[in-house]
Amino acid sequence: MDRSPNLLDQALGLHDGESTWSGRVVLIEDCVETSAAFVLHHLVKGFLSPLSSSAIIFVAFAQPFSHYDRILRKMGCNLVVQKDNKRFIFLDMLTLECPGENQKSVEASLLPGGSRSITILIDDISLMEVAVKGSSSHVLDFLHYCRTLTTEFGCSLVVLNHEDIYSSIERPTLILQIEYLAEVIIKAEPLVTGLATDVHGQLTVINKGNSDGLSLQNKMCNFHFRVRENSVEYFYPGSRT
Amino acid sequence: MAELIRRALRDGALDGEHAPALTIKDNIDSPFGPHVFNHVLAQLSANILAGKSQSQSVSFIFEHQLTFGLQINRVEKTTLLPFKNGLGFWIVTRILLAGRIGLWSVEALTNQSPKASNAVRLCKDVRNLDNLFSSILQLGKELVGQGKGRFSVAIDSATEMIRHASISSLAALLSNIRSHVTALLVCSSFCCQLPADIATVTSVLEYMSSMVASIEPMTRSASGQRGNYENLSLLERNSKTGKFHVRLKRRNGRVRLMSEDFCIEQSGIKFTPRSGDGETISQSLVPKVQFNLQLSEKERIERAKVVLPFEHQGIGKPIEIYDGRQSLNENNIENSSTTEKLPTSQDPGKGEIIYFRDSDDEMPDSDEDPDDDLDI
Repeated sequence: MDRSPNLLDQALGLHDGESTWSGRVVLIEDCVETSAAFVLHHLVKGFLSPLSSSAIIFVAFAQPFSHYDRILRKMGCNLVVQKDNKRFIFLDMLTLECPGENQKSVEASLLPGGSRSITILIDDISLMEVAVKGSSSHVLDFLHYCRTLTTEFGCSLVVLNHEDIYSSIERPTLILQIEYLAEVIIKAEPLVTGLATDVHGQLTVINKGNSDGLSLQNKMCNFHFRVRENSVEYFYPGSRT
Repeated sequence: MAELIRRALRDGALDGEHAPALTIKDNIDSPFGPHVFNHVLAQLSANILAGKSQSQSVSFIFEHQLTFGLQINRVEKTTLLPFKNGLGFWIVTRILLAGRIGLWSVEALTNQSPKASNAVRLCKDVRNLDNLFSSILQLGKELVGQGKGRFSVAIDSATEMIRHASISSLAALLSNIRSHVTALLVCSSFCCQLPADIATVTSVLEYMSSMVASIEPMTRSASGQRGNYENLSLLERNSKTGKFHVRLKRRNGRVRLMSEDFCIEQSGIKFTPRSGDGETISQSLVPKVQFNLQLSEKERIERAKVVLPFEHQGIGKPIEIYDGRQSLNENNIENSSTTEKLPTSQDPGKGEIIYFRDSDDEMPDSDEDPDDDLDI
């Protein structure tokens, strides 16, 4: 497997094995011009790699299972097998039609399962807000619950959100709150100079570090990326001709 | 300045007075409220452990994070109470696994007192802060004993409480706590409220606290727009450093404003006096008058050389500072030993005034009124 660390892994501190990566809250922000779904796929693949034993709970509001399955298969990761191994638990909120509240009970029934490090991925928050009929308070309650899990059971929480949805609101409560909670913020933006064929956008990774002082070094990275058929290239601006 | 806060929280309240309360405010541009909170809390615990404080125990109210105390221990290299003396208790909010009504669980983390060790109370509804208050008080009394509760309360964070409870009930809770405990510490972040709410909540909290510490970024981006990540260096600077403003209300209503810089380091948070630019600003604010209000550099040096009559200690002898309320016995022994020795070591014919500067004293030449807390 080619798991040579790329710039994204380095920025996230994942290059020396993701076992060190527990109890964190990660926020991925993107916008219409530049989707950051590939970051999510990358993380799924990383967490499900045969080297680690972690499990994923995927709360999907955006796409059905077949969508993720197809993409991850191209990247060399079979979600169906992982699902059978109980390492990938997929909650399809599109068909489940949960009225918002039941998410908690659904997860509660799944969680006490293992001592493995579990990552909760949510794709995405803005659609979750739609599912609970626009009540951001419900969403915050749910995030609070997830965060309680991160501190008590060492779960990680990865959340995708679309920033430009909130651009018309003066103080977008929800997104500010998540940004405040998050220890790592990954932000995908288009290039300032506009569209280019070789560069699809830029990623800014802000690694606030844990508040426990062990990794307080505040790292900030900015690099360009290019999405390919089954992989993504990351490079610093100007390092590619 | 952080020192002043520490002292105020340590010394607590006089009889029949509301406890000193510190509110820490931060915001999304400089989210270091928890760091300052940890720092102050660790200092308070250290004081309590050393027996210097009026209170004997701390109660923590956290939105979650049972491991919080352990984190503080690691960062600040101190021992929080619950893990040493068996005093102190936690109050943790949890969002219930099913259903939307949250839960306050009041848990005493004591290992010594068997009576309190199983004292886990559940307040079924996070919106009901009255219940919470009575649980705090009850458990506090069980731990510390009857009488006026000699314990402090630390809340992280008030803004999370407001999501569940109304502002008026929060105000009632804080006010009730202040009248029953020694010191109150509140952390709140103002990123998650609507603009109208922010103004109300801020003023309510500021009214109710005797000290307000606000944390601001070193430099704000010129555009003032959120989510502008173009200026990475600015962002990087704000991610490690910031400004720390404190407003202190004295008993007589005098207000003191101070500010410091802080930076986040591996070993915790470090406070440093304002660098450079603050001074020039204050000088330019002095009105133009015909006589000289400012000392020249030479005059300043000259003044620093003057030894005040009672400040004899610095000459050749170590400066002793009386840091009150350690323990009575200790002081008695020290005092008696010094008074016994002195007549023999000194020339009996010569009189001398022995003066220990109190740690609470203002520096000489300060314009503070040392007696402003006297109730004449």
